[in-house]
Amino acid sequence: MSKTMTADRSLVHIAIYAAMIGALGLLPPFSLPMLGGVPITAQTLGVMLAGTMLGPGRGALAVLLFLFVVALGMPLLAGGRGGLGVFAGPSVGFLVGWPIGAFVCGLMMRAMRAASTFTAALVSAFVGGILVMYAFGIPGLSLMTDLTLGQAAFGVLIYLPGDTLKVFATAVIVRAVERGRPDAVLTRQ
Amino acid sequence: MTGVYLEGRSWLHRLPAWIKLVSLAAMSMLLFPVTDLGLLLGALAVTLGIYASLGRSALAALTALRPVFLLLVCLLLFHLALGSLASGLVMLLRLVCLVLLASVVSLTTRLDDMIDALAPVLRPAELLGLSRRRLALAIALVLRFAPQLAGAGRQLGEAYRARTGRGGGLRLVAPLALQALNTADHVAEAIAARGGVDPLAGDPAPLTRRPE
Repeated sequence: MSKTMTADRSLVHIAIYAAMIGALGLLPPFSLPMLGGVPITAQTLGVMLAGTMLGPGRGALAVLLFLFVVALGMPLLAGGRGGLGVFAGPSVGFLVGWPIGAFVCGLMMRAMRAASTFTAALVSAFVGGILVMYAFGIPGLSLMTDLTLGQAAFGVLIYLPGDTLKVFATAVIVRAVERGRPDAVLTRQ
Repeated sequence: MTGVYLEGRSWLHRLPAWIKLVSLAAMSMLLFPVTDLGLLLGALAVTLGIYASLGRSALAALTALRPVFLLLVCLLLFHLALGSLASGLVMLLRLVCLVLLASVVSLTTRLDDMIDALAPVLRPAELLGLSRRRLALAIALVLRFAPQLAGAGRQLGEAYRARTGRGGGLRLVAPLALQALNTADHVAEAIAARGGVDPLAGDPAPLTRRPE
């Protein structure tokens, strides 16, 4: 961990990452041609980045702060959604999985110091950003909509190509940021 | 940036935030196990009645929930394809009620009041060293920088389009992340120059919604 990361600096970084997750949701979604134009947003990319760059504790806190601000009523969730209503919707399981996913991303990143940044980020983002998030999202969807686990899992398959792309994007971005600002990738200090 | 809060003086606006949050939690728990269509329709009627009692602007705010409703309709079709219209309708009605009830609390509760109402829930975090001041600063930073970073992202996108004629997509996130990190450094320096977060003692600034 960086010696220069005081409590105040840490707070600011957590808040800026939370703002970044919000900003990625405010940007217009882009569609994947290979998917028949299903629009995907970059918001969960922000979650993966928070975990892989800030580490488990700060990464999870950044996501929790973001969700807290959304719960307070700020329309920062993709599509301009916000308020308590989003936590009553069918995708609440994914939102619960976000901070845990970021935490696992950070843990994996720390555990894989020996690997190259690209490989470590790729594996971390896959485990935290897909496996963990789906492990919460699918039971959540099943619980909220009376679908069986299998049916819910089938339903979320539609997000898998977009999320896979975001896992690769995470690895590319972490490596790019590490080149420009080596001090910013706290998991590699 | 403004939240989903609707300016107004209705009975629901005047109700203390904690009462709204507690009743929302109670109603959600009561509604969740209900499988009777008649009961759920009744609950929906009551919910819509609440919106109607708030006036036209609250009914207009319902359109903001369109993405959720679209998702719910897709799920209904999914249920239908699996051959159970009844269970699909139960799911749909229940979730519509839950989402509408939760949203009406957000529509009628100011950000400050919501934070105050949540203060008891945050007490454990305070024991772990998260002071009210630090949390307020963190929230303020998110509100300040989320729209700014989104603006920076749009600018990066326009510049990319001007150069290449195509949308930038995920390519823009790395430069955006670098900008965000630079911003974080500036803010951290500014705070350090003022003696840090905690020595800024005195009355904490009210966390009012900032017009952007």
